[in-house]
Amino acid sequence: MRPSAGKLSLCLLMAPFVLWIVLLVVLPHLQMLRVSFHVRETWDTVAFGLEQYGNFFSESYYWRTFVRTGVMSLFTTFLTLVIAFPIAWYIARLARGRSKGVLFLACLIPFWASELVRTYGWMILLRESGLFSAILQAVGLADGPVEMLYNDAAVIVGLVYNGLLFMVVPLVTTLDGMDEHIVEAGYDLGGNHWTVLREIILPWAMPGVVSGCIVVFMLTLGSYLTPILMGGKDSAWFTEQIFTQFITRFNWEQGAALGVLLLVLSSVIVWAGLRVTGQNLRKVMG
Amino acid sequence: MLRSVPRSAWFDRLYLAYLVVFFLYLALPLLVTAVFAFNDAPFPSLPWQGFTLDWFFADGSDGRTGLFHDDGLLSALWVSVVVAFWVTLLCVAIGCANAILFERLEFRGKELLYLVMLLPLVIPGVILGVSILVFYSGMANQASQQWGIELDVFRPGLPLVIAGQVAFITTLCTLVIAARLRKFDRQLEEAALNLGATPVVAWFTVTLPWLMPSILGAAAMAFLMSFENFNTTVMLTGSDTPLTVALFNRLREGSTPVLNAVALLLMVGSALLAVLAMGRGGKGRSQ
Repeated sequence: MRPSAGKLSLCLLMAPFVLWIVLLVVLPHLQMLRVSFHVRETWDTVAFGLEQYGNFFSESYYWRTFVRTGVMSLFTTFLTLVIAFPIAWYIARLARGRSKGVLFLACLIPFWASELVRTYGWMILLRESGLFSAILQAVGLADGPVEMLYNDAAVIVGLVYNGLLFMVVPLVTTLDGMDEHIVEAGYDLGGNHWTVLREIILPWAMPGVVSGCIVVFMLTLGSYLTPILMGGKDSAWFTEQIFTQFITRFNWEQGAALGVLLLVLSSVIVWAGLRVTGQNLRKVMG
Repeated sequence: MLRSVPRSAWFDRLYLAYLVVFFLYLALPLLVTAVFAFNDAPFPSLPWQGFTLDWFFADGSDGRTGLFHDDGLLSALWVSVVVAFWVTLLCVAIGCANAILFERLEFRGKELLYLVMLLPLVIPGVILGVSILVFYSGMANQASQQWGIELDVFRPGLPLVIAGQVAFITTLCTLVIAARLRKFDRQLEEAALNLGATPVVAWFTVTLPWLMPSILGAAAMAFLMSFENFNTTVMLTGSDTPLTVALFNRLREGSTPVLNAVALLLMVGSALLAVLAMGRGGKGRSQ
Protein backbone atom coordinates (compact mmCIF):
# COMPACT_ATOMS: atom_id res chain seq x y z
CA MET A 1 0.00 0.00 0.00
CA ARG A 2 1.13 3.53 -0.68
CA PRO A 3 2.18 5.43 2.44
CA SER A 4 -0.68 7.94 2.18
CA ALA A 5 -3.24 5.16 1.87
CA GLY A 6 -1.63 3.45 4.86
CA LYS A 7 -1.90 6.61 6.88
CA LEU A 8 -5.51 7.09 5.88
CA SER A 9 -6.49 3.55 6.86
CA LEU A 10 -4.62 3.91 10.15
CA CYS A 11 -6.60 7.08 10.92
CA LEU A 12 -9.89 5.49 9.89
CA LEU A 13 -9.30 2.43 12.04
CA MET A 14 -7.92 4.41 14.93
CA ALA A 15 -10.98 6.70 15.09
CA PRO A 16 -13.50 4.20 16.52
CA PHE A 17 -10.94 2.93 19.03
CA VAL A 18 -10.08 6.43 20.24
CA LEU A 19 -13.71 7.55 20.42
CA TRP A 20 -14.70 4.47 22.37
CA ILE A 21 -11.83 4.47 24.84
CA VAL A 22 -11.72 8.24 25.40
CA LEU A 23 -15.44 8.98 25.58
CA LEU A 24 -16.55 5.89 27.47
CA VAL A 25 -13.58 4.94 29.61
CA VAL A 26 -10.85 7.55 30.05
CA LEU A 27 -12.77 10.84 30.36
CA PRO A 28 -15.51 9.42 32.61
CA HIS A 29 -12.91 8.01 35.00
CA LEU A 30 -10.93 11.25 35.06
CA GLN A 31 -14.11 13.16 35.78
CA MET A 32 -15.03 10.74 38.55
CA LEU A 33 -11.59 11.31 40.06
CA ARG A 34 -12.08 15.10 39.83
CA VAL A 35 -15.54 15.02 41.39
CA SER A 36 -14.22 12.91 44.26
CA PHE A 37 -12.08 15.90 45.30
CA HIS A 38 -14.93 18.40 45.02
CA VAL A 39 -16.08 20.06 48.19
CA ARG A 40 -19.39 21.85 47.88
CA GLU A 41 -19.24 25.43 49.16
CA THR A 42 -22.58 26.84 48.07
CA TRP A 43 -25.16 25.37 45.74
CA ASP A 44 -23.22 26.27 42.59
CA THR A 45 -19.60 26.67 43.66
CA VAL A 46 -17.10 23.99 44.57
CA ALA A 47 -13.60 23.98 45.97
CA PHE A 48 -11.12 21.15 45.94
CA GLY A 49 -10.32 19.21 49.06
CA LEU A 50 -10.02 15.83 50.66
CA GLU A 51 -13.29 15.91 52.58
CA GLN A 52 -14.78 12.78 51.00
CA TYR A 53 -11.65 10.75 51.61
CA GLY A 54 -11.59 12.07 55.16
CA ASN A 55 -15.14 10.84 55.63
CA PHE A 56 -14.11 7.42 54.42
CA PHE A 57 -11.38 7.05 57.02
CA SER A 58 -13.25 8.65 59.91
CA GLU A 59 -16.50 6.77 59.34
CA SER A 60 -15.70 3.23 60.42
CA TYR A 61 -18.72 1.85 58.57
CA TYR A 62 -17.13 2.78 55.23
CA TRP A 63 -13.69 1.35 55.71
CA ARG A 64 -14.90 -1.71 57.57
CA THR A 65 -17.12 -2.61 54.62
CA PHE A 66 -14.21 -1.83 52.29
CA VAL A 67 -11.86 -4.21 54.10
CA ARG A 68 -14.57 -6.84 54.47
CA THR A 69 -15.40 -6.72 50.75
CA GLY A 70 -11.72 -7.04 49.83
CA VAL A 71 -11.05 -9.93 52.21
CA MET A 72 -14.21 -11.82 51.26
CA SER A 73 -13.44 -11.36 47.55
CA LEU A 74 -9.95 -12.78 48.02
CA PHE A 75 -11.35 -15.71 49.99
CA THR A 76 -14.02 -16.34 47.33
CA THR A 77 -11.36 -16.28 44.60
CA PHE A 78 -9.19 -18.76 46.49
CA LEU A 79 -12.16 -21.06 47.14
CA THR A 80 -13.21 -20.89 43.49
CA LEU A 81 -9.70 -21.88 42.42
CA VAL A 82 -9.58 -24.83 44.82
CA ILE A 83 -13.02 -26.07 43.74
CA ALA A 84 -12.46 -25.56 40.03
CA PHE A 85 -8.96 -27.04 39.71
CA PRO A 86 -9.85 -30.75 40.03
CA ILE A 87 -12.77 -30.21 37.64
CA ALA A 88 -10.57 -28.48 35.08
CA TRP A 89 -7.94 -31.20 35.50
CA TYR A 90 -10.52 -33.89 34.88
CA ILE A 91 -11.92 -32.17 31.80
CA ALA A 92 -8.52 -31.34 30.34
CA ARG A 93 -6.58 -34.52 31.15
CA LEU A 94 -8.71 -37.44 32.29
CA ALA A 95 -11.98 -37.27 30.34
CA ARG A 96 -11.89 -38.84 26.89
CA GLY A 97 -13.68 -38.14 23.62
CA ARG A 98 -17.29 -37.11 23.93
CA SER A 99 -17.45 -36.87 27.70
CA LYS A 100 -14.80 -34.15 27.58
CA GLY A 101 -16.96 -31.91 25.43
CA VAL A 102 -20.12 -32.72 27.35
CA LEU A 103 -18.57 -31.94 30.75
CA PHE A 104 -17.09 -28.70 29.47
CA LEU A 105 -20.46 -27.70 28.04
CA ALA A 106 -22.12 -28.56 31.36
CA CYS A 107 -19.83 -26.03 33.02
CA LEU A 108 -20.94 -23.36 30.55
CA ILE A 109 -24.69 -23.90 30.84
CA PRO A 110 -25.31 -21.99 34.10
CA PHE A 111 -23.70 -18.95 32.52
CA TRP A 112 -26.21 -18.81 29.73
CA ALA A 113 -28.57 -17.74 32.50
CA SER A 114 -27.92 -14.33 33.98
CA GLU A 115 -26.45 -13.59 37.39
CA LEU A 116 -29.91 -12.59 38.55
CA VAL A 117 -31.37 -15.96 37.58
CA ARG A 118 -28.51 -17.84 39.25
CA THR A 119 -28.89 -15.85 42.44
CA TYR A 120 -32.64 -16.34 42.37
CA GLY A 121 -32.12 -20.09 42.07
CA TRP A 122 -29.94 -20.06 45.17
CA MET A 123 -32.55 -18.07 47.05
CA ILE A 124 -35.18 -20.70 46.28
CA LEU A 125 -32.82 -23.37 47.57
CA LEU A 126 -31.56 -21.70 50.73
CA ARG A 127 -34.32 -19.59 52.22
CA GLU A 128 -36.55 -20.49 55.13
CA SER A 129 -39.36 -21.75 52.90
CA GLY A 130 -36.81 -23.15 50.45
CA LEU A 131 -35.96 -26.57 49.18
CA PHE A 132 -33.09 -27.46 51.51
CA SER A 133 -35.10 -26.42 54.55
CA ALA A 134 -38.05 -28.56 53.39
CA ILE A 135 -35.80 -31.55 52.77
CA LEU A 136 -34.15 -31.25 56.19
CA GLN A 137 -37.57 -31.20 57.81
CA ALA A 138 -38.84 -34.10 55.71
CA VAL A 139 -35.98 -36.38 56.71
CA GLY A 140 -36.28 -35.31 60.34
CA LEU A 141 -32.98 -33.44 60.70
CA ALA A 142 -34.77 -30.21 61.59
CA ASP A 143 -37.89 -29.54 63.64
CA GLY A 144 -38.88 -26.32 61.95
CA PRO A 145 -37.95 -24.16 58.95
CA VAL A 146 -34.22 -23.44 58.74
CA GLU A 147 -33.01 -20.11 57.40
CA MET A 148 -29.82 -20.59 55.42
CA LEU A 149 -29.98 -17.35 53.48
CA TYR A 150 -28.88 -13.90 54.65
CA ASN A 151 -25.46 -14.72 56.06
CA ASP A 152 -21.88 -14.58 54.84
CA ALA A 153 -21.71 -18.27 54.02
CA ALA A 154 -24.70 -17.95 51.69
CA VAL A 155 -23.09 -14.94 49.99
CA ILE A 156 -19.88 -16.90 49.43
CA VAL A 157 -21.77 -19.90 48.03
CA GLY A 158 -23.44 -17.59 45.51
CA LEU A 159 -20.25 -15.71 44.65
CA VAL A 160 -18.23 -18.90 44.13
CA TYR A 161 -21.01 -20.20 41.90
CA ASN A 162 -20.91 -17.02 39.84
CA GLY A 163 -17.15 -17.19 39.45
CA LEU A 164 -16.73 -20.87 38.56
CA LEU A 165 -16.97 -20.59 34.79
CA PHE A 166 -14.38 -17.84 34.66
CA MET A 167 -12.01 -20.09 36.58
CA VAL A 168 -12.74 -23.39 34.82
CA VAL A 169 -12.32 -22.10 31.26
CA PRO A 170 -8.80 -20.59 31.55
CA LEU A 171 -7.65 -23.56 33.63
CA VAL A 172 -8.90 -26.08 31.08
CA THR A 173 -7.27 -24.07 28.30
CA THR A 174 -3.82 -24.02 29.92
CA LEU A 175 -3.96 -27.60 31.25
CA ASP A 176 -5.04 -28.85 27.83
CA GLY A 177 -1.80 -27.64 26.32
CA MET A 178 0.41 -29.44 28.82
CA ASP A 179 2.71 -32.23 27.72
CA GLU A 180 1.95 -35.36 29.75
CA HIS A 181 5.53 -36.53 29.49
CA ILE A 182 6.80 -33.86 31.84
CA VAL A 183 4.31 -35.05 34.46
CA GLU A 184 5.33 -38.67 33.92
CA ALA A 185 8.96 -37.61 34.19
CA GLY A 186 8.12 -36.01 37.52
CA TYR A 187 6.74 -39.32 38.81
CA ASP A 188 9.65 -41.29 37.33
CA LEU A 189 12.07 -39.06 39.18
CA GLY A 190 10.39 -40.06 42.42
CA GLY A 191 7.91 -37.25 42.94
CA ASN A 192 4.66 -37.94 44.72
CA HIS A 193 1.28 -36.40 43.81
CA TRP A 194 1.93 -33.35 45.93
CA THR A 195 5.43 -32.52 44.63
CA VAL A 196 4.37 -33.10 41.02
CA LEU A 197 1.42 -30.78 41.52
CA ARG A 198 3.53 -28.10 43.16
CA GLU A 199 6.67 -28.33 41.02
CA ILE A 200 5.30 -29.15 37.58
CA ILE A 201 1.56 -28.74 37.12
CA LEU A 202 0.99 -25.49 38.99
CA PRO A 203 3.89 -23.61 37.35
CA TRP A 204 2.63 -24.77 33.98
CA ALA A 205 -0.95 -23.73 34.72
CA MET A 206 0.08 -20.38 36.20
CA PRO A 207 -1.12 -18.16 33.32
CA GLY A 208 -4.54 -19.81 33.53
CA VAL A 209 -4.59 -19.62 37.33
CA VAL A 210 -3.71 -15.93 37.29
CA SER A 211 -6.18 -14.98 34.57
CA GLY A 212 -8.94 -16.97 36.27
CA CYS A 213 -8.15 -15.41 39.63
CA ILE A 214 -8.09 -11.88 38.23
CA VAL A 215 -11.44 -12.22 36.50
CA VAL A 216 -13.12 -13.95 39.45
CA PHE A 217 -11.70 -11.43 41.90
CA MET A 218 -12.84 -8.49 39.77
CA LEU A 219 -16.32 -9.92 39.31
CA THR A 220 -16.66 -10.70 43.00
CA LEU A 221 -15.36 -7.37 44.24
CA GLY A 222 -17.64 -5.53 41.83
CA SER A 223 -20.68 -7.73 42.26
CA TYR A 224 -23.81 -6.14 43.55
CA LEU A 225 -26.74 -8.50 43.10
CA THR A 226 -25.52 -11.56 44.96
CA PRO A 227 -24.37 -9.85 48.19
CA ILE A 228 -27.52 -7.72 48.33
CA LEU A 229 -30.00 -10.50 47.65
CA MET A 230 -28.26 -13.27 49.60
CA GLY A 231 -26.55 -11.30 52.34
CA GLY A 232 -28.15 -10.24 55.58
CA LYS A 233 -28.28 -6.84 57.22
CA ASP A 234 -24.72 -7.16 58.50
CA SER A 235 -23.15 -8.39 55.31
CA ALA A 236 -22.90 -5.10 53.44
CA TRP A 237 -20.87 -4.95 50.23
CA PHE A 238 -18.89 -1.93 49.12
CA THR A 239 -20.67 -1.58 45.77
CA GLU A 240 -23.89 -1.25 47.74
CA GLN A 241 -22.51 1.81 49.52
CA ILE A 242 -21.50 3.37 46.22
CA PHE A 243 -24.99 2.76 44.90
CA THR A 244 -26.53 4.28 48.04
CA GLN A 245 -24.43 7.44 47.76
CA PHE A 246 -25.32 7.94 44.12
CA ILE A 247 -28.89 6.86 43.78
CA THR A 248 -30.41 7.15 47.26
CA ARG A 249 -28.54 10.05 48.85
CA PHE A 250 -27.58 11.86 45.67
CA ASN A 251 -24.18 12.57 47.23
CA TRP A 252 -22.12 12.18 44.07
CA GLU A 253 -18.93 13.58 45.57
CA GLN A 254 -18.88 10.92 48.28
CA GLY A 255 -19.97 8.21 45.83
CA ALA A 256 -17.20 9.17 43.41
CA ALA A 257 -14.62 8.99 46.19
CA LEU A 258 -15.83 5.52 47.19
CA GLY A 259 -15.75 4.50 43.52
CA VAL A 260 -12.15 5.69 43.18
CA LEU A 261 -11.20 3.77 46.32
CA LEU A 262 -12.76 0.56 44.97
CA LEU A 263 -10.92 1.03 41.68
CA VAL A 264 -7.65 1.61 43.54
CA LEU A 265 -8.21 -1.50 45.66
CA SER A 266 -8.92 -3.70 42.65
CA SER A 267 -6.01 -2.27 40.63
CA VAL A 268 -3.55 -2.70 43.49
CA ILE A 269 -4.58 -6.30 44.14
CA VAL A 270 -4.53 -7.24 40.45
CA TRP A 271 -1.14 -5.56 40.04
CA ALA A 272 0.26 -7.28 43.12
CA GLY A 273 -1.07 -10.63 41.90
CA LEU A 274 0.64 -10.17 38.54
CA ARG A 275 3.90 -9.09 40.20
CA VAL A 276 4.00 -11.96 42.68
CA THR A 277 3.34 -14.59 40.01
CA GLY A 278 5.54 -12.97 37.37
CA GLN A 279 2.75 -12.68 34.79
CA ASN A 280 1.70 -9.66 32.75
CA LEU A 281 -1.74 -8.35 31.87
CA ARG A 282 -1.33 -8.82 28.15
CA LYS A 283 -0.33 -12.45 28.53
CA VAL A 284 -3.15 -13.44 30.85
CA MET A 285 -6.00 -11.36 29.44
CA GLY A 286 -5.23 -10.80 25.76
CA MET B 1 -3.04 -38.23 38.40
CA LEU B 2 -2.65 -39.03 34.73
CA ARG B 3 -4.29 -41.79 32.78
CA SER B 4 -0.86 -43.42 32.48
CA VAL B 5 0.00 -43.07 36.16
CA PRO B 6 -1.58 -45.72 38.39
CA ARG B 7 -4.03 -44.45 40.99
CA SER B 8 -5.54 -46.17 43.98
CA ALA B 9 -9.16 -47.30 43.70
CA TRP B 10 -10.36 -45.17 46.60
CA PHE B 11 -8.78 -42.07 45.10
CA ASP B 12 -10.67 -42.73 41.87
CA ARG B 13 -13.94 -43.18 43.74
CA LEU B 14 -13.40 -39.99 45.72
CA TYR B 15 -12.60 -38.07 42.57
CA LEU B 16 -15.73 -39.38 40.87
CA ALA B 17 -17.87 -38.47 43.87
CA TYR B 18 -16.41 -34.97 43.80
CA LEU B 19 -17.32 -34.63 40.12
CA VAL B 20 -20.89 -35.75 40.78
CA VAL B 21 -21.31 -33.33 43.69
CA PHE B 22 -19.84 -30.51 41.64
CA PHE B 23 -22.17 -30.95 38.71
CA LEU B 24 -25.13 -31.27 41.08
CA TYR B 25 -24.09 -27.97 42.67
CA LEU B 26 -23.90 -26.48 39.20
CA ALA B 27 -27.29 -27.72 38.03
CA LEU B 28 -29.42 -27.45 41.15
CA PRO B 29 -30.22 -23.70 41.25
CA LEU B 30 -31.23 -23.68 37.60
CA LEU B 31 -33.26 -26.88 37.92
CA VAL B 32 -35.33 -25.65 40.87
CA THR B 33 -35.93 -22.32 39.15
CA ALA B 34 -37.22 -24.08 36.07
CA VAL B 35 -39.31 -26.63 37.95
CA PHE B 36 -41.06 -24.13 40.23
CA ALA B 37 -42.18 -22.12 37.20
CA PHE B 38 -44.81 -24.88 36.84
CA ASN B 39 -45.86 -25.20 40.49
CA ASP B 40 -49.54 -24.45 41.10
CA ALA B 41 -48.84 -22.39 44.26
CA PRO B 42 -48.37 -18.67 44.89
CA PHE B 43 -44.76 -19.09 46.08
CA PRO B 44 -41.84 -20.87 44.43
CA SER B 45 -41.37 -23.36 47.24
CA LEU B 46 -42.42 -26.81 48.42
CA PRO B 47 -44.86 -28.50 48.80
CA TRP B 48 -45.58 -29.31 45.19
CA GLN B 49 -49.19 -28.37 44.39
CA GLY B 50 -49.48 -29.75 40.90
CA PHE B 51 -48.55 -28.73 37.39
CA THR B 52 -49.79 -25.46 35.88
CA LEU B 53 -49.00 -23.12 33.02
CA ASP B 54 -50.64 -20.17 34.82
CA TRP B 55 -47.33 -18.39 35.43
CA PHE B 56 -46.91 -18.10 31.69
CA PHE B 57 -50.42 -17.72 30.31
CA ALA B 58 -52.90 -16.66 33.05
CA ASP B 59 -54.61 -13.43 32.03
CA GLY B 60 -55.17 -12.02 35.50
CA SER B 61 -58.86 -12.98 35.77
CA ASP B 62 -58.31 -15.39 38.68
CA GLY B 63 -55.81 -13.25 40.53
CA ARG B 64 -52.82 -14.61 38.68
CA THR B 65 -51.08 -12.72 35.91
CA GLY B 66 -48.82 -14.87 33.75
CA LEU B 67 -45.68 -13.57 32.16
CA PHE B 68 -47.27 -13.16 28.72
CA HIS B 69 -49.99 -10.90 30.15
CA ASP B 70 -47.71 -8.89 32.42
CA ASP B 71 -47.26 -5.57 30.64
CA GLY B 72 -44.52 -4.37 32.99
CA LEU B 73 -42.33 -7.39 32.34
CA LEU B 74 -43.07 -7.49 28.63
CA SER B 75 -42.12 -3.84 28.13
CA ALA B 76 -38.95 -4.38 30.19
CA LEU B 77 -38.17 -7.34 27.93
CA TRP B 78 -38.60 -5.12 24.89
CA VAL B 79 -36.35 -2.43 26.40
CA SER B 80 -33.68 -5.10 26.92
CA VAL B 81 -33.98 -6.25 23.31
CA VAL B 82 -33.62 -2.69 22.00
CA VAL B 83 -30.60 -2.00 24.20
CA ALA B 84 -28.97 -5.33 23.31
CA PHE B 85 -29.50 -4.67 19.60
CA TRP B 86 -27.66 -1.34 19.67
CA VAL B 87 -24.94 -2.62 21.97
CA THR B 88 -24.32 -5.58 19.67
CA LEU B 89 -24.18 -3.39 16.57
CA LEU B 90 -21.78 -0.87 18.11
CA CYS B 91 -19.55 -3.40 19.84
CA VAL B 92 -19.12 -5.63 16.80
CA ALA B 93 -18.41 -2.65 14.53
CA ILE B 94 -15.82 -1.13 16.88
CA GLY B 95 -14.48 -4.60 17.70
CA CYS B 96 -13.83 -5.34 14.00
CA ALA B 97 -12.02 -2.05 13.52
CA ASN B 98 -9.98 -2.66 16.68
CA ALA B 99 -9.06 -6.19 15.60
CA ILE B 100 -7.71 -4.97 12.26
CA LEU B 101 -5.97 -2.07 13.96
CA PHE B 102 -4.10 -4.29 16.41
CA GLU B 103 -3.51 -7.34 14.19
CA ARG B 104 -2.66 -5.72 10.88
CA LEU B 105 -1.20 -2.28 11.37
CA GLU B 106 2.03 -1.11 12.90
CA PHE B 107 2.13 2.20 14.70
CA ARG B 108 3.89 3.86 17.57
CA GLY B 109 2.60 3.06 21.05
CA LYS B 110 0.75 -0.05 19.88
CA GLU B 111 1.65 -2.09 22.98
CA LEU B 112 0.48 0.66 25.28
CA LEU B 113 -2.79 1.16 23.42
CA TYR B 114 -3.41 -2.57 23.50
CA LEU B 115 -3.11 -2.50 27.27
CA VAL B 116 -5.51 0.46 27.38
CA MET B 117 -7.89 -1.58 25.23
CA LEU B 118 -7.82 -4.35 27.87
CA LEU B 119 -8.52 -1.97 30.76
CA PRO B 120 -12.34 -2.21 30.75
CA LEU B 121 -11.93 -5.90 31.66
CA VAL B 122 -10.36 -5.01 34.99
CA ILE B 123 -12.72 -2.19 35.97
CA PRO B 124 -15.68 -3.32 38.11
CA GLY B 125 -18.98 -2.89 36.26
CA VAL B 126 -20.45 -0.64 38.92
CA ILE B 127 -17.51 1.77 38.55
CA LEU B 128 -17.90 1.89 34.77
CA GLY B 129 -21.55 2.80 35.26
CA VAL B 130 -20.84 5.37 37.96
CA SER B 131 -18.10 7.13 36.02
CA ILE B 132 -20.26 7.44 32.93
CA LEU B 133 -23.13 8.71 35.07
CA VAL B 134 -20.90 11.36 36.68
CA PHE B 135 -19.35 12.47 33.41
CA TYR B 136 -22.43 12.75 31.21
CA SER B 137 -24.93 13.90 33.83
CA GLY B 138 -22.37 16.48 34.94
CA MET B 139 -22.16 17.67 31.36
CA ALA B 140 -25.96 17.85 31.09
CA ASN B 141 -26.14 19.84 34.33
CA GLN B 142 -23.46 22.21 33.12
CA ALA B 143 -25.20 22.79 29.80
CA SER B 144 -28.49 23.38 31.54
CA GLN B 145 -27.06 25.83 34.11
CA GLN B 146 -24.79 27.83 31.83
CA TRP B 147 -26.57 27.88 28.50
CA GLY B 148 -30.05 26.72 29.35
CA ILE B 149 -29.80 23.79 26.92
CA GLU B 150 -31.42 20.51 27.99
CA LEU B 151 -29.24 17.58 26.89
CA ASP B 152 -31.64 14.78 27.79
CA VAL B 153 -29.55 12.09 26.06
CA PHE B 154 -26.95 12.60 28.77
CA ARG B 155 -29.43 12.04 31.60
CA PRO B 156 -29.88 8.51 32.97
CA GLY B 157 -31.78 6.55 30.34
CA LEU B 158 -31.33 4.15 27.47
CA PRO B 159 -28.56 6.04 25.62
CA LEU B 160 -26.42 6.00 28.75
CA VAL B 161 -27.24 2.32 29.41
CA ILE B 162 -26.05 1.53 25.88
CA ALA B 163 -22.91 3.62 26.39
CA GLY B 164 -22.11 1.87 29.67
CA GLN B 165 -22.45 -1.59 28.19
CA VAL B 166 -20.50 -0.73 25.04
CA ALA B 167 -17.65 0.48 27.27
CA PHE B 168 -16.70 -3.05 28.33
CA ILE B 169 -18.38 -5.42 25.85
CA THR B 170 -16.32 -3.88 23.02
CA THR B 171 -13.13 -5.26 24.58
CA LEU B 172 -14.53 -8.80 24.58
CA CYS B 173 -15.69 -8.50 20.95
CA THR B 174 -12.27 -7.22 19.95
CA LEU B 175 -10.55 -10.19 21.59
CA VAL B 176 -12.84 -12.73 19.90
CA ILE B 177 -12.47 -11.23 16.42
CA ALA B 178 -8.73 -10.55 16.76
CA ALA B 179 -8.11 -14.17 17.77
CA ARG B 180 -9.54 -15.37 14.45
CA LEU B 181 -7.89 -12.67 12.37
CA ARG B 182 -4.53 -13.80 13.78
CA LYS B 183 -5.04 -17.25 12.20
CA PHE B 184 -5.83 -15.80 8.78
CA ASP B 185 -3.42 -16.67 5.99
CA ARG B 186 -2.33 -13.35 4.47
CA GLN B 187 -1.41 -15.13 1.20
CA LEU B 188 -5.11 -15.60 0.44
CA GLU B 189 -5.55 -11.85 0.44
CA GLU B 190 -2.40 -11.33 -1.61
CA ALA B 191 -3.66 -13.86 -4.15
CA ALA B 192 -6.86 -11.86 -4.49
CA LEU B 193 -4.85 -8.69 -5.01
CA ASN B 194 -2.65 -10.43 -7.62
CA LEU B 195 -5.76 -11.56 -9.44
CA GLY B 196 -6.74 -7.95 -9.81
CA ALA B 197 -9.00 -7.27 -6.85
CA THR B 198 -8.79 -3.89 -5.19
CA PRO B 199 -7.97 -3.97 -1.44
CA VAL B 200 -11.61 -3.19 -0.65
CA VAL B 201 -12.90 -6.03 -2.83
CA ALA B 202 -10.31 -8.41 -1.37
CA TRP B 203 -11.41 -7.44 2.11
CA PHE B 204 -15.08 -8.07 1.42
CA THR B 205 -14.68 -11.27 -0.59
CA VAL B 206 -11.80 -12.97 1.22
CA THR B 207 -11.10 -11.63 4.70
CA LEU B 208 -14.61 -10.78 5.86
CA PRO B 209 -16.06 -14.24 5.03
CA TRP B 210 -13.17 -15.76 6.97
CA LEU B 211 -13.97 -13.55 9.97
CA MET B 212 -17.73 -14.17 9.77
CA PRO B 213 -17.93 -17.03 12.32
CA SER B 214 -16.07 -14.97 14.90
CA ILE B 215 -18.19 -11.91 14.12
CA LEU B 216 -21.38 -13.91 14.64
CA GLY B 217 -19.94 -15.43 17.81
CA ALA B 218 -18.98 -11.99 19.10
CA ALA B 219 -22.45 -10.68 18.23
CA ALA B 220 -24.17 -13.49 20.12
CA MET B 221 -21.90 -12.95 23.09
CA ALA B 222 -22.46 -9.18 23.03
CA PHE B 223 -26.22 -9.66 22.85
CA LEU B 224 -26.24 -12.07 25.80
CA MET B 225 -23.91 -9.96 27.92
CA SER B 226 -25.96 -6.86 27.28
CA PHE B 227 -29.19 -8.67 28.02
CA GLU B 228 -27.87 -10.03 31.30
CA ASN B 229 -25.92 -7.05 32.50
CA PHE B 230 -27.00 -5.61 35.78
CA ASN B 231 -24.10 -3.87 37.52
CA THR B 232 -23.46 -1.20 34.91
CA THR B 233 -27.07 -0.89 33.82
CA VAL B 234 -28.54 -0.27 37.27
CA MET B 235 -26.48 2.91 37.64
CA LEU B 236 -27.52 4.37 34.30
CA THR B 237 -31.14 3.39 33.87
CA GLY B 238 -33.89 5.99 33.81
CA SER B 239 -37.63 5.45 33.66
CA ASP B 240 -37.45 2.66 31.04
CA THR B 241 -35.89 -0.22 32.93
CA PRO B 242 -34.36 -3.21 31.15
CA LEU B 243 -35.49 -6.67 32.22
CA THR B 244 -32.72 -7.44 34.73
CA VAL B 245 -33.38 -4.24 36.66
CA ALA B 246 -37.16 -4.74 36.50
CA LEU B 247 -36.73 -8.32 37.76
CA PHE B 248 -34.47 -7.13 40.56
CA ASN B 249 -37.09 -4.61 41.69
CA ARG B 250 -39.78 -7.31 41.63
CA LEU B 251 -37.54 -9.68 43.51
CA ARG B 252 -37.06 -7.19 46.32
CA GLU B 253 -40.83 -7.02 46.75
CA GLY B 254 -41.00 -10.81 47.08
CA SER B 255 -40.74 -13.74 44.75
CA THR B 256 -43.59 -15.29 42.79
CA PRO B 257 -43.48 -18.10 40.25
CA VAL B 258 -43.87 -15.45 37.52
CA LEU B 259 -40.21 -14.64 38.18
CA ASN B 260 -39.40 -18.33 37.70
CA ALA B 261 -41.25 -18.24 34.40
CA VAL B 262 -39.21 -15.23 33.27
CA ALA B 263 -36.01 -16.92 34.44
CA LEU B 264 -36.88 -20.07 32.51
CA LEU B 265 -37.63 -18.02 29.41
CA LEU B 266 -34.26 -16.26 29.74
CA MET B 267 -32.44 -19.57 30.16
CA VAL B 268 -34.09 -21.11 27.12
CA GLY B 269 -33.57 -17.97 25.05
CA SER B 270 -29.89 -17.63 25.86
CA ALA B 271 -29.29 -21.36 25.45
CA LEU B 272 -30.84 -21.20 21.96
CA LEU B 273 -28.71 -18.20 21.06
CA ALA B 274 -25.57 -19.88 22.40
CA VAL B 275 -26.27 -23.12 20.52
CA LEU B 276 -26.93 -21.14 17.34
CA ALA B 277 -23.69 -19.19 17.69
CA MET B 278 -21.69 -22.31 18.53
CA GLY B 279 -23.22 -24.17 15.59
CA ARG B 280 -22.20 -21.41 13.22
CA GLY B 281 -18.76 -21.13 14.82
CA GLY B 282 -18.26 -24.89 14.56
CA LYS B 283 -19.16 -24.88 10.89
CA GLY B 284 -16.71 -22.06 10.29
CA ARG B 285 -13.93 -23.98 11.97
CA SER B 286 -14.45 -27.15 9.98
CA GLN B 287 -14.41 -25.35 6.65
